[in-house]
Amino acid sequence: MAWTFDQTIPIYLQAAYRIRSDIVCGRYCKNEKLPSVREFALTASINPNTIQRAFGLLEEEGLVVTQGTAGRFVTSDNTVITRARESIAKQLVEGFAAKMTELGYSPEEAARLTKSYWGKTSPTNILKKEAQSDESADS
Amino acid sequence: MNLPILECRNLSKSYGQSDLALNNFSIALPRGKVIGLLGPNGSGKTTLIKLIAGLLTPTSGELLVNGMPIGVETKRIVSYLPERTYFDPGMQVEETIRYFADFYMDFNAEKARAMLEDLGVDTNKKMKALSKGTKEKVQLVLVMSRDAQLYLLDEPIGGVDPATRDYILNTIVSNYNPDSTVLISTHLISDVEKVLDEFMFIHNGALVMYNSADNVREELGKGIDELFREVFRC
Repeated sequence: MAWTFDQTIPIYLQAAYRIRSDIVCGRYCKNEKLPSVREFALTASINPNTIQRAFGLLEEEGLVVTQGTAGRFVTSDNTVITRARESIAKQLVEGFAAKMTELGYSPEEAARLTKSYWGKTSPTNILKKEAQSDESADS
Repeated sequence: MNLPILECRNLSKSYGQSDLALNNFSIALPRGKVIGLLGPNGSGKTTLIKLIAGLLTPTSGELLVNGMPIGVETKRIVSYLPERTYFDPGMQVEETIRYFADFYMDFNAEKARAMLEDLGVDTNKKMKALSKGTKEKVQLVLVMSRDAQLYLLDEPIGGVDPATRDYILNTIVSNYNPDSTVLISTHLISDVEKVLDEFMFIHNGALVMYNSADNVREELGKGIDELFREVFRC
């Protein structure tokens, strides 16, 4: 699937975020060889230089390691992956908390609501449901 | 190789009595980048490209490709896509491939045929039997099938549908090589901005801005299309 980008945020940061998420979610496992810069660039339809820069960032974080000419691999270090997972979660919760506060929810209410949705839905389902309710509203 | 692939020093071009189409224009472009040449209509984009391609001669100033003045040697490493197609309408697509193979040592005919097949272009058809968009595709495929060091693409996606635009941008990305630079002139900024490393804004023949695309996003929190609309607000 093509990657989509927000044009107001540096593309290399978004590409790094995407690859980081894929590692954290287990799409690429510990020690696994990653696709090449060129392959990523084609999948994402972006410039190889941008992927290169994203890899630079992930290497700094220790999430990705270069092994000479063999290519790039996911780290073998579990603590690095765990740290990346926590950092992504923290970021998501920060955004969620800010939005819920804006809507006037208390932390308890927000937590209750979150819990009631747990395991019921995935982001794509939400979009589909919204589309369906729009359609039914039209008819 | 640190030598800029393109260097313009105080480059000016006037067509007869009229205003300067390029006015004291100076820039040095690095290798291995995809660079957007962006500006309103009549800002001098095509003039600059034609000067680099050697189709026009400067009124004053200096222009170097790979450190060399424009001539046979630079044309050998520059692959130019003009705004309009120049093929004889009676030519079959296959003939244009052979034509390019005759003209350019660095032309890869197999690559061109494979890309045309991807795009569903019948190479037995004559150019005049093709739609405007398909003609543009053929021309672009030929230009991108050269193993050049500097690609000059003047409005490469202007006449094609969004799906073909994506294919063309992917073609540009997949042809990427660290030694060659692609200069794309376009007004369809939102379509190309995700593949740009750098961009320049030109206006009235002068350089207004030259920056890296991600720098602008990082520092201003804006995309290139948005910035363009601000800078060139009418």
